[in-house]
Amino acid sequence: MQKVYPDPRAALAGLLRDDMMIMAGGFGLCGIPEQLILAIRDSGVKNLTVVSNNCGIDGVGLGILLASRQIKKMISSYVGENKTFAQQYLAGELEIEFNPQGTLAERIRAGGAGIPAFFTRTGAGTQIAEGKEQREFDGNRYVMERGLIADLSIVHAWMADTEGNLVYRKTARNFNPMMATAGKVTVAEVEHLMQPGQINPDHIITPGLYVQRLVHVPNAVKHIEQRTLRKRTAPAGTGEEV
Amino acid sequence: MAWTREQMAERAAKELRDGFYVNLGIGIPTLVSNYIPRGMSVQLQSENGMLGFGPFPYEGEEDPDLINAGKQTVTEISTTSYFSSADSFAMIRGGHIDLSILGAMQVAENGDLANWMIPGKMVKGMGGAMDLVAGVKKVVVVMEHSAKNEPKLLKNCTLPLTGAGVVDMVITDLGVFTIDKKGGGGMTLIELAPGATLDEIRAKTQASYHIANVL
Repeated sequence: MQKVYPDPRAALAGLLRDDMMIMAGGFGLCGIPEQLILAIRDSGVKNLTVVSNNCGIDGVGLGILLASRQIKKMISSYVGENKTFAQQYLAGELEIEFNPQGTLAERIRAGGAGIPAFFTRTGAGTQIAEGKEQREFDGNRYVMERGLIADLSIVHAWMADTEGNLVYRKTARNFNPMMATAGKVTVAEVEHLMQPGQINPDHIITPGLYVQRLVHVPNAVKHIEQRTLRKRTAPAGTGEEV
Repeated sequence: MAWTREQMAERAAKELRDGFYVNLGIGIPTLVSNYIPRGMSVQLQSENGMLGFGPFPYEGEEDPDLINAGKQTVTEISTTSYFSSADSFAMIRGGHIDLSILGAMQVAENGDLANWMIPGKMVKGMGGAMDLVAGVKKVVVVMEHSAKNEPKLLKNCTLPLTGAGVVDMVITDLGVFTIDKKGGGGMTLIELAPGATLDEIRAKTQASYHIANVL
């Protein structure tokens, strides 16, 4: 079976339809499958429910699909830093379901692992728990949360082999590994494409069985949301800080 | 003359212990990392999937794949490990993080915390705050004592809760309170900031509290 597709459009061909649920990896703009997001925009598919920790920023990442009005609902933990989001939400054009970040991560992990629901302390006694089944274990109150499975997951990895074994880089890992397990179909965009045997099996984070399609994006542009720097102090003796 | 933001962070750093794994929220809590005592080993956790991180990078060394939970560029240190968001919150929810220091809009005398939404205003989301306060062993809030003369230490929070009965300690610009969230012993004022008086705190606090004998 050939998993490698020539470009993002081809990698998504036949998978997209209106009203579907898509999981998109990333935290802020770190580790987002941006080339696949652009291909989703170009497809024109609409009324999407998108599961992603954030919703990009204006004009970048999932912000692109907001601008093109292809998203009907977001399931996220935090959507600040996005004016388009606020405008569409306040106009009643966009739904949002806030999940605590850890609950969101675990719902996705559980979905991929065949666990339909779990109990968590997170949100007990808050409005997040309203309308949900609650139980007491060992004297503490827990809230039942459902596992999540998406029609399609799109993820970004640093390295893959042609079998779909994935390796992530630094904090660009974030939601990508769980989402890879929780899509009925998972498509990965990867910065470096290797042959089988070229990645140390001990270093593989997502085994290839979770990944149905791959696309090589060697020149992906990465974005920094908050560029924070420390001043470089000149070597001792020169006495100047620059 | 009350504590400045930096002094509040410095006071919060006194809650650190050698070997602690700590999660710091955005704002004043982030400043706590500047006051880790020399020789003390404290690993900072960032809930986007990193344990052990260093200072901001030098110009030209920033890496888009290396950010903290505030989406700021950070650096790797010799003790750094990376993991997924699910693993990160397993750490948090599972009680493996020793201390969480975060900001708040309101804290109630029973340890209830509100810091994520104001009804009628655009809600940005709770991020990881609900998981942190539900799972971390000790929760310390650092905040201004009052906002525009409205008390923030209340009998009951009026804003939607982030967590019910979760706060162990509150550090404000005027002093330090402990909360006996499990034992139901209520809130106790244990320290005064230099220049702050018991009268001033009484005037700016709606919650009821005990006053420690040392005061």
